[in-house]
Amino acid sequence: MANVPEDLHYSKDHEWVRVEGNEAIIGITDYAQNSLGDVVYVELPKAGDEFSASESFGSVESVKAVSEIFTPVSGVVTSINESLADEPESVNSDPYGAGWMVRMRMSSPGEVDSLLTAAEYEDFTKAESE
Amino acid sequence: MVDFGGWDMPVQYPAGTIEEHLRTRTHAGLFDVSHMGEIDVRGSDAIAFVNRLTANDVTKLVDGQAQYSALTTPQGTVIDDLLVYRVAGDHLLLVVNAGTTDKDWEWIKSHHSGESVALRNASAEYCQIALQGPDAESILQPLTDVPLSEIKYYHFRPGTVDGVSGIVSRTGYTGEDGFEVYAPADRAEQLWNKMLDAGKTGTPTGVLPCGLAARNTLRLEAGMALYGHEIDETTTLLEANLGWICKLDKGDFIGREALAQQKEAGIKRKLVGFEVTERGIARDEQDVLVDDEKVGKVTSGSPAPFLKKNIGMAYVPVGYASVGQEIKIDVRGRLVGAQLVKTPFYKRTK
Repeated sequence: MANVPEDLHYSKDHEWVRVEGNEAIIGITDYAQNSLGDVVYVELPKAGDEFSASESFGSVESVKAVSEIFTPVSGVVTSINESLADEPESVNSDPYGAGWMVRMRMSSPGEVDSLLTAAEYEDFTKAESE
Repeated sequence: MVDFGGWDMPVQYPAGTIEEHLRTRTHAGLFDVSHMGEIDVRGSDAIAFVNRLTANDVTKLVDGQAQYSALTTPQGTVIDDLLVYRVAGDHLLLVVNAGTTDKDWEWIKSHHSGESVALRNASAEYCQIALQGPDAESILQPLTDVPLSEIKYYHFRPGTVDGVSGIVSRTGYTGEDGFEVYAPADRAEQLWNKMLDAGKTGTPTGVLPCGLAARNTLRLEAGMALYGHEIDETTTLLEANLGWICKLDKGDFIGREALAQQKEAGIKRKLVGFEVTERGIARDEQDVLVDDEKVGKVTSGSPAPFLKKNIGMAYVPVGYASVGQEIKIDVRGRLVGAQLVKTPFYKRTK
């Protein structure tokens, strides 16, 4: 079973959001990393880049495939996880920790309320894999 | 699971593509390649008939020998690449790609004119299990009555594996030593499980079942063409670096004239190998640029798990085809640097 931490918000594109004040930390879920397989490359935006919710902000590549990643919330990137350049496998081994991708200053923090809860996301992935 | 030429096949098994790839290079990997097509050609004109349809010289084969070759169009382009097995002087077995089996079968039948041969599409009758890697011989030997050390590369013998009658062939698509076992289709599961057990699957150095993704990365590292990528009906054998299977002096065959003319005039574009030198992974179909000008396309691009580099193959004009040539790959709008290198990218140490 995929790990779905209670305290996070989830998108239907399989990203997670951890809210810290005005900031959102974003990564991809355990379910997503498991479907992708070995992550060998992560392409991330630069600090200062601005995105609207649902916009693509980078990509995750396995040996076989490229998957875009979408920001679940709008805002400006304040920092990215530089360590993924050398250790993209952190996305597989620790998707909610060392595998985080970007930190954003949210322009409309209310957007998180429209994301899925852990329970809702779990139901969503169950339905998707059936 | 993905659809592959009408077959449901796993992209990867639980160990994952990288582990499957590495284990095949260091120990052994097992591949269910039963999707490959088999066309049986029997009769006194079997050799002459296949020699007229393929580029390599079938008359050079002895019983128990196999040959890499291609079915060619009159333009010297490729209907399919295949292995020609000489079972006997009046019996050949053609092993073709899954996605092209029906096309090949129609092509072969339609070019049959007068020769004394009986043709049969036997694809559904066979399973094919490939055991590849340095440990392949030691894993397979206890299961078979065929003395494996006596089989040379690109040779085969009839025999039994786990009591099942079939053909044991020292061939493969990984760049490693290894065997491909052809047997009745209903014995696939038995042979698969037996070879996994014999190879101590589940242990750290045991055989791993491998999916399509590892099959692709292994063949790419070994610089082997994949039909639909490096070769198809728009690419000639000479452009694809397959001049070594074009035996222009063997007598007439479909495409011979076009290939001889192209050889005389010189090819305009050529298949090359490259290594990405900046951050990024080249993928199939991406544009190749030199001095901001589009000059070609990537035919296969991927991370190479054993070499730990990002590599690929591409067609470029011959003027840009020398080893060391700097190129750019358009990776979804970002230009990533790469350099042409010698192929195969990987060559096993004997």
